Amino acid sequence: MTTLQVQLEGVGLWSAEMADFAALQARQQGLAPAAPPARPTAAALPANERRRAPDSVLLAVEVAGQAVAMSGRTASELACVFSSAYGDQLISDYMCATLAQAPAELSPTRFHNSVHNAPAGYWTIATGCHAASSAISAGHASFGAGLLEAATLCVAEQRPVLLVCSDIAGHGPLGEMSGSRIAFGCALVLSPQPGMNALAQLHLTLQPHAEDTLQPGPPTGAWYEANPTAASAWPLLQNLARGGGCCTLAAAPTLALQVVLEKLA
Amino acid sequence: MSVPFQPLAVSAFTATSALGQGLENQFSALAANRGGLRPNDFSSAPLACWIGRVDGVEEAALPAAHATWECRNNRLAWLGLHQDHFLAHALDARQRYGAARVALVLGTSTASIGATEEAYRRLDADGRMPPELRRPAIHAPHSLAGFVAEALGLEGPCLTVSTACSSSAKVFANAERLIRLGLADAAVVGGVDTLCDSVLFGFNALELVSPEPCRPFDQARCGISIGEAAGFALLERIDAAPRAPRLLGYGESSDAHHMSTPHPEGLGAELALREALARAGLRAEQVDYINLHGTASQKNDEVEAALITRTFPATTRASSTKGYTGHTLGAAGILEAAFALLAIQRDLVPGNLGCTTLDAACGPQFALVNEPRRVEVALSNSFGFGGNNACLAFGSAPA
Repeated sequence: MTTLQVQLEGVGLWSAEMADFAALQARQQGLAPAAPPARPTAAALPANERRRAPDSVLLAVEVAGQAVAMSGRTASELACVFSSAYGDQLISDYMCATLAQAPAELSPTRFHNSVHNAPAGYWTIATGCHAASSAISAGHASFGAGLLEAATLCVAEQRPVLLVCSDIAGHGPLGEMSGSRIAFGCALVLSPQPGMNALAQLHLTLQPHAEDTLQPGPPTGAWYEANPTAASAWPLLQNLARGGGCCTLAAAPTLALQVVLEKLA
Repeated sequence: MSVPFQPLAVSAFTATSALGQGLENQFSALAANRGGLRPNDFSSAPLACWIGRVDGVEEAALPAAHATWECRNNRLAWLGLHQDHFLAHALDARQRYGAARVALVLGTSTASIGATEEAYRRLDADGRMPPELRRPAIHAPHSLAGFVAEALGLEGPCLTVSTACSSSAKVFANAERLIRLGLADAAVVGGVDTLCDSVLFGFNALELVSPEPCRPFDQARCGISIGEAAGFALLERIDAAPRAPRLLGYGESSDAHHMSTPHPEGLGAELALREALARAGLRAEQVDYINLHGTASQKNDEVEAALITRTFPATTRASSTKGYTGHTLGAAGILEAAFALLAIQRDLVPGNLGCTTLDAACGPQFALVNEPRRVEVALSNSFGFGGNNACLAFGSAPA
């Protein structure tokens, strides 16, 4: 079975309780980091774009900017993969409600912001990135499938890749379906070759027919269970905060992705 | 560990659009200049425009075993899978390689949002979706790929690509990388998008919808006609199907310009085109046919016409087929990949239906009417909102 090896050069993270990866590390050490502002800053966006951008874009751009800053790379040189289980659920809720009541009044701006690749679009525009950008989804496996896709792109094309996985909180009838009750995003910068800025090495191996391994356990009430992307990213994020370890993510309903994380000196 | 790009066999493919179900209906309509657009009879409220609607979707009920995925978009997927024996080809690949060794990568822009729209029109007294539509899996972008994975029994890497109108072109690139790295031995790629209020009223709000059947590259064009389509292709290594047409290369890029307007000089489109040619090892003059994005929007056609005119000799023929099918959005990539493959297999450059007077930006490459001629290499352009571009290169198997 093929194992993909990639270097991790940067990590970004945002939730209602943690403003960045350092806050996660602090929490893991039993400290209580300061809570972030109500909305992500998304400093990579020009001020006028930040005002116009929907929540899904602010969240994705925030964690993308953090991860790229940590990597020391230039954003415009990174191919990028934006993964989200539900896209911008608030815009979908608005659009479906408006279409049911007064379809001719649909907002053109909200319509073009409704595309699943809106975060990729805003990000590439803000950073002047002409590289390949993608917007993907894989249901509750959106984090594992996103990591597999980003690592595949990184190794196949021998180029650094930015992976962003994020989901905002849902609202209305659609929010009931998604079960996403909080916002969460994380981002990784992956590189095919060891370099000065590598923080850790990831070894990724597919494990087929793993339905038993991938059975979710009973809910524990942990914060990350309120967002499907947070829940699926949590095992790897914990290992990142610890500095090493092995975990199993879902890349598809019966396809497991084993991720071994080795911290570099 | 760099692994060089190798062409892949397109060992089976199929398409269903307003031109009919399956490849034979696509080809006979193209050969007879018979367009598939009709006055809008779909949206939940009146909207004066023309649409490319697929007949028979409403009747293509899913088997009871897949009832949880029931919705119009998945019905079109199911209908599409049954054309050209594609279902049998996909199941045969699963048998030969194993379910976990066949990847599934599908593109869609709106997946089954039509079902979500319906639920919002029928909210119950508590403001909740009606019970029969409270099925979380169909109210998510992954609805299409989730359904097709289950219907085909595939257990390999499974991904939805949703980059607006380049979605089901980019899937060829995702699949090629998985096969190149040995993470899969074969891949089912494709895409499905169905008509829905979101896109009809959304593009209408952007003032991009034409009141008449769309006229790509015509001087008097006045916007797009929206269509729906389903298409699939099976990709394998060449030794598995040496006589099949091939995926020779692809290019992907970002405009970094604007969310809903293409780069004025076609920078991203040109990057994708150059990358596709470079990956395929082709010079521009070796390209026989280009299926253009050609939406009939003012900006797209102006920018794309200039790109083709400055890049290719007159012997390279180019046309948009959106006058036949409408713009099928997230399914346009696979539908027009199928048209490019048909051009190769049937030696026909399809004409640019709807265009009578070419835009001044168009060079001598534009084929207004059908041209029977040998096609060995064909490209397909797909450009999406957010400045997301893809270009695919296909070729015939060597004689």
